[in-house]
Amino acid sequence: MLPAGLDRGARRIALWGLTTVSTLVLLFSYRTSTSSVLPAAAGTPSTGTTGTSAAPSTTSSSGSTTSTSTAKSSTSTYTGTVTGTAADTRWGPVQVKVTLASGKITAVDVVQEPDSNGRDREINADAVPQLVQETLQAQSARIDMVSGATYTSDGYVQSLQSALDQAGVA
Amino acid sequence: MTAALAPVPVARRVEHVMGMPISLALRGRHTDDDEAGAAWAAVLASLRETDRVFSTYRPDSVVSAIRRGELALADAPDEVGEVLAIGARAERATDGAFSVWRPELDPSGVVKGWAVERAAAALRALPGTDFCLSAGGDMVCRATHGEPWRVGIEDPHDPTRVLAVVEIRDGAVATSGTAHRGAHLVDARTGAAPDTVAQVTVVARSLTDADVDATAAYALGVKAAEWLGHRVGRSGLVVWADGTTTTVGR
Repeated sequence: MLPAGLDRGARRIALWGLTTVSTLVLLFSYRTSTSSVLPAAAGTPSTGTTGTSAAPSTTSSSGSTTSTSTAKSSTSTYTGTVTGTAADTRWGPVQVKVTLASGKITAVDVVQEPDSNGRDREINADAVPQLVQETLQAQSARIDMVSGATYTSDGYVQSLQSALDQAGVA
Repeated sequence: MTAALAPVPVARRVEHVMGMPISLALRGRHTDDDEAGAAWAAVLASLRETDRVFSTYRPDSVVSAIRRGELALADAPDEVGEVLAIGARAERATDGAFSVWRPELDPSGVVKGWAVERAAAALRALPGTDFCLSAGGDMVCRATHGEPWRVGIEDPHDPTRVLAVVEIRDGAVATSGTAHRGAHLVDARTGAAPDTVAQVTVVARSLTDADVDATAAYALGVKAAEWLGHRVGRSGLVVWADGTTTTVGR
């Protein structure tokens, strides 16, 4: 279980390749051809080093910038969360919250984001449904789950999902 | 067809919560052990808790108290504000076709996706395990270790058939329509049920978004596919009343 308050509604962006961090740059890439860099200030007790993070499986990401922080110490052992100031983008304000454990970033949550019209959510935008028009019984396409207009418990009995579930339970 | 690789065993569980079947498919390290059982219990507990707060059927829910004027919005739990904010965003994005105030507070169109996305946190915490969690046909799936989950989209005119398949690695699929519940989706501005669109399926990063957009697109009727096409980070399938389909996305 995630700790309450860490997850709700906010988007979790996995990070890797980060060691010490006091400054952070989030790279978002947008489907609208240009990739965009969002400086997200996360001013904390700090180091002079720069963490670079990239959102997973974006189509393009390049470049990095740093937001400067003032300090001079070389390692941070900060533990806790830091909320950056909102950065204005042409899609609207973006603000991130960074969770650190002993100076390492363990999570970045977007706490403020533009209405979705402006922002590319990468990933499953590419997952376009492919028409197949087959019955499940035909078995010519493996299907794990079935999405349909809200099944009630009553309607479920006759549903394809019910058949799948039974197949798995058997 | 090419021969499939040896299938990876999928463990499945079903339970009924909020009048809906909750189906879980697990694959990988934790499918049938104590960890899997504990995660499943946490999922169900989370959904039941949501129901206690948001149910429009239960007189003892928070939403029912708000409806009766016994509880001010400002005094409601944080989750209520969170859900209403999502609803407000969708209302703006659809010029009012989607609303959680129609005519009184009814957050049902937002709550389901949000609740399932939240409940799935327990499954995300299972190491080395892929999951697909469906609540009445809307689901959030993750397949970081094995093949993508293959989600069939039901034919609203013939529920024994699937019209399409979409592969999901880390994302959500939601479908809105009237196939199983009758005409419960209306344009909030007119109160009329769209008659040109039979079903809208939306694929998105989170089920919160997919569910809201599927409901909103459906409420927009003849404009469903066009509207969905302008939503960033979404793809989907619109099935029209005459049985034709429009695929949305690249």
